[in-house]
Amino acid sequence: MGEPLNPRYRLYHPKWHRTRIPIFWWLRSFAYIKFISRELTSLFVAYAGLLLLIEVSVLARGEAAYGRFLAWLQSPAVLALNAFVLLALLFHTFTWLNLAPRALVLRVGKRRVPDALVLVAHYSAWIAASALLAWLILRR
Amino acid sequence: MPETITLEVQRYRPEDEAEPVFERFDVPFRADWMVLDALNYIKDNLDGTLSYRWACRMGVCGSCGMMVNGQPLLTCATYLERLLPGPIRVEPLKGFPVIRDLVGDITDFLEKLSRVKPWIVREEEKPLAEGEYLQTPEQLADYEQYSMCINCMLCYAACPIYELEPDFIGPAAIAIAQRYNLDSRDEGVQERLDVLSQHDGIWACTFVGECSVVCPKNVDPAGAIQRYKVAATADWFKSVLTPWANR
Ligand code: SF4
Repeated sequence: MGEPLNPRYRLYHPKWHRTRIPIFWWLRSFAYIKFISRELTSLFVAYAGLLLLIEVSVLARGEAAYGRFLAWLQSPAVLALNAFVLLALLFHTFTWLNLAPRALVLRVGKRRVPDALVLVAHYSAWIAASALLAWLILRR
Repeated sequence: MPETITLEVQRYRPEDEAEPVFERFDVPFRADWMVLDALNYIKDNLDGTLSYRWACRMGVCGSCGMMVNGQPLLTCATYLERLLPGPIRVEPLKGFPVIRDLVGDITDFLEKLSRVKPWIVREEEKPLAEGEYLQTPEQLADYEQYSMCINCMLCYAACPIYELEPDFIGPAAIAIAQRYNLDSRDEGVQERLDVLSQHDGIWACTFVGECSVVCPKNVDPAGAIQRYKVAATADWFKSVLTPWANR
């Protein structure tokens, strides 16, 4: 080995190289972008939950207040926002529910419950809960 | 078919360079060559100082994992043909400090691996005279998938959490913990849970899922971690709801 070209190098003092992680590391691959989107859309889940709670509390304040709230919900800006939120929620729900069989390994006797069944159970529960909520909100 | 293919290989010679650089090598293209064969060609014919790890060249030893065009891959199992027309960028596995050229320091992984007690834990060994611990095919099937891990660390290189939070115990170590937890002969579940239920254990994982995508042995470490989370949560609820049942 000749003279080291790196003036800061000291013999027998190994120098590891560490790469710094860019802030936009999640743009590096499509899989990472999908992951970050799934995580970020959970904010919209919180928003939807909050909206539902507000709706219930407005309902408790009487018919006039509820009517004003409904009118606000029907304004074009809010409609557009909520349409976007709905898309985000659907993305979140599908990506989330599709992961369920990976986490849930169930056994009946010696046999493993097939992944498809775990998926069907999750989607059915989701549809049933949504239908119940829709019925509660939309019935007159 | 081209005559040659170009490899851009990361070099890091700390005595000469403060930062890694890329060096280009033209190697003969052969349809039956893997990326590792091309690296061996460089070492044998073009530059004998190139440093990298390999041993079995058949996907068993787990030592030749590198970033190939940004993807963590076993270089012994990646055809050059798949990467035509090139150039092919070869870098050391992401997430590990680089010692030299393509060689990373894997001390961190080895320490974490030993933390999960990757062996069969017995409270009491039965006397030799009583014979071996028997297992049914179903009991074997419970953990077999996780026993396929070859410690290649591709899953660590694919995991952004490990990169951002180096304390994270990481995909393979957890999958291997599961390999022993699910083994009917093992009695170390609680000891491993004490390690893995810490902040840097299973809960650091946010289920990006890439570890399972890159795993060359279909171990599905991401699935192992999520199953572990479910089991740990159930365990916690049980201990809260039925405290008398414990110990
Ligand atoms: S889990 Fe798969 S990718 Fe990770 S070290 Fe084991 S074999 Fe390699």
